[in-house]
Amino acid sequence: MSAVSEIPRSKWRLKPGSWPKTLVSGGLILFVSLLLAFFPGWFAPYDPTAFDYNALLKGPSLEHPFGTDSFGRDVLSRVIHAYTIDMQIAVFATTGPFIFGTLVGAFVGYAGGWTEIVFGRIVDAVLTFPFLVLVIAVVSVLGPGLGNMYVAIGVVGWVFYARIVAAEVKVQKRLDYADAGRVMGYTSTRIVFRHLLPNAITPAIVYWMTDMALAILLGSSLGYLGLGAQPPASEWGVQIADGKNYMTTAWWISVFPGISIVLTGLGFSLAGDGVAELLRIRR
Amino acid sequence: MMPASDNSGLVVRGLTTTFETARGQAIAAADIDFDVAPGEVVGLVGESGSGKSVTLRSVMRLIREPGKVTGRVEWGGRDLVAMSDEELRRVRGSEIAMIFQEPMTALNPVLPVGLQIEENLRAHTGLGRRERRARALELMTIVGIPDAERRLNEYPHQFSGGMRQRAMIAIALACSPKLLLADEPTTALDVTIQDQILKLLLDLRDRLAMSVVLVTHDLGVVAATCDRMAVMYAGRIVETGTVVDVFAQPRHPYTRGLLGSVPRGRAVRTMLSSIDGTPPSLTDLPDGCAFHPRCSFATEQCRRERPPLAPVAAGRLAACFHHERVAAAEAIL
Repeated sequence: MSAVSEIPRSKWRLKPGSWPKTLVSGGLILFVSLLLAFFPGWFAPYDPTAFDYNALLKGPSLEHPFGTDSFGRDVLSRVIHAYTIDMQIAVFATTGPFIFGTLVGAFVGYAGGWTEIVFGRIVDAVLTFPFLVLVIAVVSVLGPGLGNMYVAIGVVGWVFYARIVAAEVKVQKRLDYADAGRVMGYTSTRIVFRHLLPNAITPAIVYWMTDMALAILLGSSLGYLGLGAQPPASEWGVQIADGKNYMTTAWWISVFPGISIVLTGLGFSLAGDGVAELLRIRR
Repeated sequence: MMPASDNSGLVVRGLTTTFETARGQAIAAADIDFDVAPGEVVGLVGESGSGKSVTLRSVMRLIREPGKVTGRVEWGGRDLVAMSDEELRRVRGSEIAMIFQEPMTALNPVLPVGLQIEENLRAHTGLGRRERRARALELMTIVGIPDAERRLNEYPHQFSGGMRQRAMIAIALACSPKLLLADEPTTALDVTIQDQILKLLLDLRDRLAMSVVLVTHDLGVVAATCDRMAVMYAGRIVETGTVVDVFAQPRHPYTRGLLGSVPRGRAVRTMLSSIDGTPPSLTDLPDGCAFHPRCSFATEQCRRERPPLAPVAAGRLAACFHHERVAAAEAIL
């Protein structure tokens, strides 16, 4: 890089048109999702758990745009209320692993040596099992429910963050500015957290966004299997499970929650790509 | 050689740095002796791979595994090679500081420059936030960064190459070190900026009574800045002396070759002579004098045994059996 004179003063001063399209579209989806998650009551036309025996398994109509399920509950209202739980899963199931994994990764990446060897074997051990199977095993031991599901995902999920951050810290610690820090007599803790980590954390943040999409899928899968959110709570996986016996006669019970999963997952993925692109531009 | 008194300056004795590689042991720096008196500027000169940067990094214990450093590096009566990590941490950055070749990569890209100066003060002083800020501002002004107040909050990518090296120097100077190790500080800069930075270093040396060890491959830089110089070849010092003496009458064929390969402004259209051959691989050094395959003075003795670094004149050391023939030979230019 040379002495370019036209460098934007502010870090975020991008022309409105130059924001990555992926970030704009993903952000829009997430904004709507968050709105629905925080204020489901404003948007849902009915109580999500109210039975209506006069409207069992009714198809989409003006009265019930997404139809009703086998108890006469309004599918639209249940889909909207499910945003609260599913967005919560996206955040809660990933934030813990993100923080813990980043700390472990920073330590392992900087220390190297035998720490790295031990860590490598732990990673191998975790990766040997299919992720879903491992999570299901942990939930089965702890018992079903959202809280235990977070624990189960956390026990496995931190490994991925730690691996990403460790690799990146390993690269950063060999750069001149890390040597400069050592040679200025900074403590190792200070070099890792103040100097290396801010440079190393970008890929972990991008993965975090993508991981939220995966967490929603995982949460729904566990809900479907009866290991995550418990009925009568509205959660997309639970709803899909509710509708599985009616697939040929009342497809709307399962299809609309399914579409919500895809849409929200897409939102997180797009936003993740967008953040990655934005950070690339800033570099 | 200028004698360093017991408790001042840097005394390096028998410093040896080796790396275990797949092709065998590479001796990157072998049996290095040199002294730096207070206020003195010493140049370490040599081509790429001659061990000059490794020597500097070994002094600061910046050699990574699988590198091994032995020998003594005395600073104020204490041995840097043997001291504990915590003791070393206190010396680094406060008494001895270092600047690097690439000011683009030696600054942290995500922290404002002012903050990076303050980091050093935070590590070594008990100054409060405001005092650190004031000192950072003062340092930016000392190293000649204009509009310092505003630039404190800017990031390295908003600085030009020369300004970045100035910022790097400001960080290094934060705690008024007594010794500055400079690893090719001007190599990445263009010539006019190079000149400014060297002048700045000399000026700071005078003002802060600081010693400087300057690693460079540029003989012009040595001539312009150093008091004494040590020429390195294949991991060993082959010649030392004051810059004036060495330039006037090289005593080692390699030094002679180096000097002959530099164009001089005053001479009218003379041929530049180059040193034939290439430097040897550090894992496979020739027997005897490492320079003999490229040397026009070489004899059977040079092929058999390695010449020791021995006194050849007042304040001069050279590692050559034929230093008198070299000195007597007509200058290449």
